[in-house]
Parts: sequence; structure tokens; C-alpha cells
Amino acid sequence: MLGGISKGLIEMRGKRVTFGGVIFPIVFLAPQLIVTLVFFVWPALQSLRTSLFEQDPFGLSEKFIGFENFIKIFNDAEYLEVVLLTISFSVTTTTITMSLALLFAVLADRLVNISTIYKSLLIWPYAVAPAIAGVLWWFLFNPTIGILARFLSIFGFNWNHFLNSNHALILIIIASSWKQISYNFLFYLAGLQSIPKSLLEAASIDGADGFTRFKKITFPLLMPTTFFLIITNLVYAFCDTFAVVHATSAGGPGNSTTTMIYKIYRDGFEALDLGLSSAQSVILMFLVGALTLIQFRYIERNIHY
Amino acid sequence: MKHYAKYMLFASALTMSSSAYAQINIVFWHAMAGEMGNKVDKIANDFNASQKEFHIQTVYKGTYTEVMTSAIAAYRAKQPPHIVQVFEVGTATMMAAKGAIYPVHELMKDQKVPFDSKDYLPAVASYFSDTKGNMISFPFNASTPVLYYNKDLFSKAGLDPNSPPKTFKDMESYSKKLQAVGIPCGFTTEWPSFMQFENFSAYHNQPISTKENGLDGLDAELKLNGPLQVKHLQNLVNWQKEKIFDYGGRGDSSKPKFFSGECGMTISSAGARLGIITNMKAEVGISLLPYYDDAKGAPQNSIIGGASLWVMKGLKSEEYKGAALFFDYFAKPDVQSWWHQQTGYVPITNAAYELTRKQGFYEKNPGTDVAIKQLNLNPPTENSKGLRLGNFVQIRAIVDEELENALQGKKTPKEALDSVVTRGNELLRAFQKSNS
Repeated sequence: MLGGISKGLIEMRGKRVTFGGVIFPIVFLAPQLIVTLVFFVWPALQSLRTSLFEQDPFGLSEKFIGFENFIKIFNDAEYLEVVLLTISFSVTTTTITMSLALLFAVLADRLVNISTIYKSLLIWPYAVAPAIAGVLWWFLFNPTIGILARFLSIFGFNWNHFLNSNHALILIIIASSWKQISYNFLFYLAGLQSIPKSLLEAASIDGADGFTRFKKITFPLLMPTTFFLIITNLVYAFCDTFAVVHATSAGGPGNSTTTMIYKIYRDGFEALDLGLSSAQSVILMFLVGALTLIQFRYIERNIHY
Repeated sequence: MKHYAKYMLFASALTMSSSAYAQINIVFWHAMAGEMGNKVDKIANDFNASQKEFHIQTVYKGTYTEVMTSAIAAYRAKQPPHIVQVFEVGTATMMAAKGAIYPVHELMKDQKVPFDSKDYLPAVASYFSDTKGNMISFPFNASTPVLYYNKDLFSKAGLDPNSPPKTFKDMESYSKKLQAVGIPCGFTTEWPSFMQFENFSAYHNQPISTKENGLDGLDAELKLNGPLQVKHLQNLVNWQKEKIFDYGGRGDSSKPKFFSGECGMTISSAGARLGIITNMKAEVGISLLPYYDDAKGAPQNSIIGGASLWVMKGLKSEEYKGAALFFDYFAKPDVQSWWHQQTGYVPITNAAYELTRKQGFYEKNPGTDVAIKQLNLNPPTENSKGLRLGNFVQIRAIVDEELENALQGKKTPKEALDSVVTRGNELLRAFQKSNS
């Protein structure tokens, strides 16, 4: 997170930091590289390998089947539903998260004295582990004992996410967005505060009202941040929302909240079909990789503002 | 400097005392949450106190699915637990993993610990035995679904608290009477697939699959879309509209509905009795499952659920004696009866059942013998001996999914159950292919 902020700042101002020799950079890079290799590259390679095999759950035997797992996935009508659901879930979550975060950032930016309190409180949800966030919302919305569910029943609205697909989807969208708003809020706040005040003053002298200033100056200048956040949020919604889904709706009712990442868990850990699950991981990995590539290329092109 | 020396002395004393303790640690992974977990711990503690050579370490590892997955992952990482509790639907997968599990009858023979499968209740022993009648896993908590009803709410609705509903027609009329005095829902259910489809089929002498529900061969095919099952699902869909039946989610998510008095009745595991007593102030009655009285062959007998204990291979040979001794301890009549009486799970040995009867437990606690009566209601037919189907964890999830689709009106009951059979058979064929 800090790296992201400082990278943005460094690039925006065009500063470069260089080291004299080779030892220092290696020593500084080594820990991160080792962590990346062990916890990301190695499991990814394992996934690639496992996706080409058919294994029994205990790993006592395996059979090479080439791309059969992938063919099975692409022929499965249900998988298409899962992909479409994942896309719509991710886009909705991202939109809600970024809109609210931008709103909070704009409001917090205007405060002078008590802004620190608001900033601290708005950042707290980010520190909550996704599984805990899921359980939290499970309690709030449980049809029998949940406070929010009971509150809604006062208005005659019968909340039951065990039975109603739309309720379940709303629940996971709310729970996922809630956690990410803090992260987006921080970036937007930093972005807002790097906009030169002189520009906004000049605009208001020219007769532009608040909304026009926001539309014509602030928002365009926030485009690099916005684009970065879109990609980050989409990746979050694709991958990090597993815990929220598992703790609240477990992919149901039916399979209406089974996102790609949840199906990977279901097929791998409940159905114990590791080959099929790995193949899905590979597909998801390429999808996320493509998104990240787009992000890098676009950000590089939009350095200078 | 003085303080430093004191701490060093203390630290060395600790390390020395732990190395003098040569007890062998036996790791036991289970899925018994809450109060049930406390009962497991008591048995383990009592066993530990009864001898000095082995120490059973109980570990609550999560839900049944999580325990099984963790055990498999641990085995693959070459760090398996000694004993793991696996639910009944994992039996086929575990039995097929011949290199990973240590069959219990072999364990007891190798360790020279007395063991006779005839001591065990037939319905229970046969579920976990191979085709030759050798027990592969050790029955631990065997249950069956029963009907629980809130006696206080019955009285409030003008129903006789000692006259529970017998048929599904009764369930409907009783539910309407409950709703007439403001109770939101008539009945709910836990473990929807297990109780409303698998046990429903057995109790009405309908097949879950061919080949004696899989006990007779890997080439079984699902039969869950028979006319009676479709009729029952249609009823559930209709009843859901008025909350005569109210769906509370998968697994045991529906517990709050019954605990809070939102639903007057629930179809739940015999082992749920402990949780009900712990969490409810109202008086609760237990009775036999409801059935359709116009169905030929109903009521037949129900089939067991619950879990058994499996021993994993890959550990040091001298440690296995501890597992064998622990099983022997658990099968003692007084330990077994205590476990049965405390939890509601059925006694797994004949001796324990006799002892409990002699102690007058069933007179003092009416309803606690319903489970065992229901299991023994009739000699089992080919449809009610139990089931052993591969990939059944996944198949159950499919049943739950399609049930939810039907309840939401996304599919008709026939479409939903046909889909279960199609999707489920694919999984059965995959299991057959990789195990023959």
C-alpha cells in the first residue's frame, strides 16, 4: 500500500532515485523476491502442473490428461454463468466502492480541524480480516437473529438470503464493498490533496461553481488514481472476496453467489477434484494478469499531467 | 545479573521437566463444536487419566467438510493426525484411499486389542464395513433425523403437547394451528439433502440410487427423481409460500429458527438434542419422522448419519497402540452410555443400549429412545440399509442447490430433481472411473 502511494507520487513528480553499486539493491530486493517466489510463483507453477493431471484426493496416484480439465470447464454451461456472475459482481462492487470512497474523500478533504478523526475511523474497516467481515455481516443480516434483517421486517421487507438469490447477492456486494472503501478513500484523499489549490482558485474566480470545478478540474486530474483503483478493485473482487462469500452465503442459494474464486474452493476442497480446481485457478490467474498488464501499460502512458 | 540467572534457571527447569515426560501424543481431529466438543474433551481427559502411556489431544478443526479437507491436506504434507472424524458421506472417498487409511479391524488385530464387530449395532456397523463385513472405520457419533417440537408453543396453539404429528398431513394442519396464534413458521429442517431426500427416500422405502444405494457396487445410478420425491419437493415449495415450511439454509443454519421459537417444529439430528437443551428454555418433545401415509411401505426405517473415526497411515508404529486403546475405551458400555445419554447420538454397542435401558434413562427422559427405535423400526430393505456413493459431498451440495432453485421457482420440482440425477450421475461415473 505505501509502495503504491509513493510510486504514484514519485512518478507524478518525475523524481528518480539511483543506487551506486549492485549489492545494496540485491539486499533490499531479496526478501520481497523470496516471498514472491515462495508464496506466489511456486504455487502458481504447481497449479499449472496440477491442472494437467487427474489426481485422487489423497494424492496417491495421478494421471496425465493434458488439457482435458480445461475442455471440461469450457464445455460446462454452468461455468459461463459463474463467469458472468463474477463480472457483474465485481463491476457492481467496484462502482459502489469507488463512488462512496470518492464522496467520503471529497467531504473529508474540505474539513480542516477534525479531518484526522474521520480519516482514522474511515480506515478501520480495511484492517478487518475478510472472514471476520463476512461473519459480521452474517450476524447483521441473519433472517432470524440479525439486527438489520429485523429492522427491514418492520417495513414489511422479509430479508432471507438463504432463500432469495437477490438478497444473497446484495449481501456479498455490501460486505465486499464495505471493506474496500477505506483503501480507495486513502488513495482518493491523497490524490485530491495533490491537486494544486491555485487551479481551483483560478476556476472559482472565473465563476465556476463547486460541481463544475469538480467535473472539469478535480475529476480529470484524478484519472490516474481512478484507473489504478479500478484495476485494484476488480482484482480484489475477483480474488480476495472468497472469505466474504464463504462466511455469508457459501455460494448459494442455488449457485447464485458462486463466483469464480468460490467455485475454485468448492471444486478443490469440497469436491476434492484438484485438477479441475487448478485449471480454474489458471484461468483466473490469466484473467487477473491481463487486467494488471492493462493497468501497467495505461499508467505508464499517463504519467505526465 | 541476578535476575538473568533466575530466568535462566526457570527456563532450564521447564525444558528439563518436559523432556522427562515421555508420553506419546495422539492427535484427534474432530468437528464437534460447542457443548458437544466439551463432551468429547471429557472422554479424552478420562482416557488420559486412566493410563499414562498415551495422551489424546483433541483438536476442533471446523465443520465436517473442513476436517476432512484438512486431513487430506495434512496427509499430502506428510503430517496426518492419528485419528480423524469423517462424516458418513466421506466414507466412500476414505475407503477408496487404501494407501492413506489404516482399517480399524486391522489396527485392533495388529495391536492385540479385543474387538468384535458383532458387539456393535448392525445398522451402524454395516455402514462402515466393507463387503466382507470388516469394519474399516470406528463408529463414533451415529445419529438419524428425528422430529423435534416445541411443547410450549404447542400448548399455546391449543395442540396436545404429548401428541406430536405423525404424517405430513398432520405437519400441515399442526403448522396452520401454530400460525393461527402468531407463530411465523410451522417447521423447518436441517441438512436439507440428508433429511428431506436421502432419509425421506429410505423412510418411504424408495431408492436413493440403484445397487442398494451404492453398497453393492460402484456402478450405482441415482434415483432421487422418483414420483414420491418429486411430490414431496412440490409440497415443500407450496408450503414455503405460506411458511408452513420455512427453509433455513444448508447444514444446520436453520437452528436459530427453532431455538428462537420462530418455527414450532424442526427435523433435525438426534445429536441436536444437546444443543436444544443448552440453548432453549422451552420444553421440547422428540418423535418419529413424519411420513406420507398414502405411500406404500412407509414408514420403513431411517438411515444413520453422523461420523466415524478413521486412522491415518504414515505415523510411527508404536503410536498406533494409543489409537487402538482409545477406541477400546470408547466402546466400554459405561463410556458409550454416558456419550449416548449426554449427546443424543445413538449408542453404538448393544451393551451400551442395554445398560441405558436398565438405568431407566428412557423412562426419565422421554423421547431419547426415538432415534434408536426409528433405526430399528423394520428390518432394512435394499433401500434402507444406508448409502455409500462416491463424491457424495459434492452430490449433496447439488441436491441443496437444486432444492434452492425449486424453492425460488427457478425450476419445477421435476426439473430440479432430474438435474440432480443428471449432474450427480456424472460425478458417480467419475468416481467409478478413478476407482476401478
